[in-house]
This record gives sequence, C-alpha cells and structure tokens, in this order.
Amino acid sequence: MSKLADILQKNESDLLSDWMNEQLAAVRRRDLMNDVDLQTQSSELLRAITQAAKNGNVTELSRSEWTPVRDRLTDISASRAKHGFSPSETATFVFSLKQPLFKRLRSDLSKDPEALFSEIWNANAMIDKLGLMTTEAYMKTKEQLIAKQAEEMLELSTPVVKLWQGIVAIPLIGTLDSNRTQVVMESLLSTIVATNSKVAIIDITGVPAVDTLVAQHLLKTITAAKLMGAECILSGIRPQIAQTIVHLGINLTEVITKASLADALALALQKTGKTVVRVDRANQKAGERKEGLDDKDVAEKKGA
Amino acid sequence: MDRIPILRMGNFLLVTIQVDMHDQLALTLQDDLTSAISKNGSRGVLIDISSLEIVDSFIGRMLANISAMARILDAQTVLVGMQPAVAITLVELGMSMPGVKTALNVEAGMELLRELVKAHHLETGDDDDSQI
Repeated sequence: MSKLADILQKNESDLLSDWMNEQLAAVRRRDLMNDVDLQTQSSELLRAITQAAKNGNVTELSRSEWTPVRDRLTDISASRAKHGFSPSETATFVFSLKQPLFKRLRSDLSKDPEALFSEIWNANAMIDKLGLMTTEAYMKTKEQLIAKQAEEMLELSTPVVKLWQGIVAIPLIGTLDSNRTQVVMESLLSTIVATNSKVAIIDITGVPAVDTLVAQHLLKTITAAKLMGAECILSGIRPQIAQTIVHLGINLTEVITKASLADALALALQKTGKTVVRVDRANQKAGERKEGLDDKDVAEKKGA
Repeated sequence: MDRIPILRMGNFLLVTIQVDMHDQLALTLQDDLTSAISKNGSRGVLIDISSLEIVDSFIGRMLANISAMARILDAQTVLVGMQPAVAITLVELGMSMPGVKTALNVEAGMELLRELVKAHHLETGDDDDSQI
C-alpha cells in the first residue's frame, strides 16, 4: 500500500472537512445545490477514492479498482452539467481536494523530503486525471443534450399541414440547411402522396435569409413535387428576401410566387376548382339556403 | 423476353410499369410504344410508374424521350404516380423533365390527358372529339 493511500485512509474525515471548507471558500452555488447534497457527494467520492487507492495504483486510473470512482465522478459531473454548473465550477469540485491533501502529506512526511516529493507528485497526477475525467463527463453530457435538442428541432420544425381537400402547406421556420431541407422535402412529398394533394404551398415567412443554397434546395423540392404531379406555390417572400433573390440572380420565373399565404391559398383553391364566396345573410335568415353549414363559405364549382 | 404490356383504351394507350426497369426493357418499351401509337393513331399515352422504385439517369432520360417521341407522333403523354424517392433521385440527378406532364395518380392523369387532348384538338382545329 502506498503512502498516499495510507494517508488517505487514516485522515479521511479530516480531509473531508478540509475539502468541504475549501469548496465552500471557492465557487459555491447555493442556488443550484444545498450543503447536505454537496457533503454527501464529496464524502461518497472521497470514500471511493480511498478504497481504490488502497487496492491499487494511485496513478493508473484506468484500472478496474478505480471503476467505482469513475462511475461516481461521471454521475456527479453529469448531474452538475444538467443542473447548470459551469465547466470550471465542476472541475473545481475535484481540484479543491488538492490543497487539503497536500497539507496532510506535508505534515505527515515532513521528515522525509524525498518521499514527500514523490507522494505529492502521485497525488497531483491522480487529482489531475480525476479532473480531466470530470470535464470529459461534463462535456459528454452537454453534447448529448445538444444532439438531442437538434434532433427534436429537426422533427418540430417541419410540420406539413392540410389546408383543404387536395391542398397542403408547409410553413418553414428558421434557417434552412441541407439536412433540414432533406427532411422538409421528404415529408412534403410523402404528405402529397398520402393526402393526394394537387397543390402544395411552401411558406417561407419564417425563413430569416435566403441564399443561393437555400434557393437551390427550394427549387429542387418544387421540381420533385412537379415530377410527382403536384404543383407548388411559394409564398411569404418578404421584401428584403425578394431583393436578395434578385441581387443573387436566382431565377424563380418557373415558380409561382405569392406575397402571402392567403393569396397562395386563394390561388390553390382556384386551381382545384373551388372559390370562396360571401355568405348572403339575408337569404340565410330567410331560410333559403339549403346547403349544410360546413361548406357555407366555400361553394364548389365543379368542372371549373 | 420480358415486355411491358401496352393496353389500348379507345384513343389512349395505358402503360403500367410494375417491374424494375432495366435498360433493354426501356428500349423495348420505346419501340413498342411508338409503333403502337402510330398503328392505333392514339391521341394520348398514360404511363403509370407508381410501382417503380429505382431509377437511374438512363431510365429518367428514356421516360423524357418517350414523351417527346409521342408528342412528335401527335399524342400527349402524362406520367403518373411517381414515388417521392424517385422524384428526389431524378432531381438530384439534375433531370427536371421540363416537357413531361405529370399527375398524382391514374385518375388525375386520365383527367389531365382528356383536357390536354381536347385543348390540343381545339388548337389544331381537329373536330374529332371521341372519348374513351
């Protein structure tokens, strides 16, 4: 058993209280975690370290006797990442063990500078590795969170809505990249097939900027829909975007464009042989209307 | 050898592609269809590709060519039921098939074909308005 392991075991409770003081003196986030939880986490981790150091080498942290320490540390780090601790606050949790441990080593080994130096070196290496482990686990948790959010955004951001029998619309919101456009294209085309829609409206009111790449993606989607036998209407082009499109020299002459979704819907209704008419209130009151309430706003003109 | 059947319905020809097209099959279809149009004097061709799941640039070009050939022989062509994946593939291959008429399904395709033939005959002053 190394000197370091020996010291760890003998002074566990002293070390813990020193470590706690050190942590409280350094960054302390009472808003995120109470003292009792902190005490529990610290004491569990210290016990695991002591146990691992007793059973094995203090600098070979990848070996099996350190597994409990690694697991504990990963858990603590992950939970801190989720609670909103900063990376340095999370790393300080481990690094603040350095000073109490060095102090203990100095008082116990003051007679033997040679041993003191080598044990300090060992302790330093051990805590550095624990610190790295903490940061790594922290980053991993954050990365998982980002990946999950990106995935959710991808799913959320592409709803295809049915506006009328044979008319679907896809309101695009946010920046379009090739990944998203692929999802947009696929979901739009499969909805066209599923709902048997003749007209699809692509509304880009929520798209902040249109560059050549985005325009190319949109044109591809429109061409694909056309190949399947559906017509696309592009709507919601804002004045600035119209200017950008012309300045970039993007050719949208083949595409039907409308200023607003309402205009696009009116055109789509016209294309599917329907029209919107005003309800004649006087006639309605007189009970002359024989049609149902459902289609009081839209009278279908067959064979338009 | 495999052949894609060509069905005659009055003035129109109906082609349903239900197998994966290979190059020879496409060439045979092109031969058969052009001779069928000229033999029957057909006014319209409806090609249903709803079962076609794999296309390459050759097949894409064949479909466009068939449509162009039919037009020279005074018949309108409508391509119906293209799968989303096929449409995406063709667009990615850079084939937007500008001269080809398309429809969602056979029903919509037939309607479009009738309209096209009617409009075409009005234009050319042909008063043969026989329907299927």
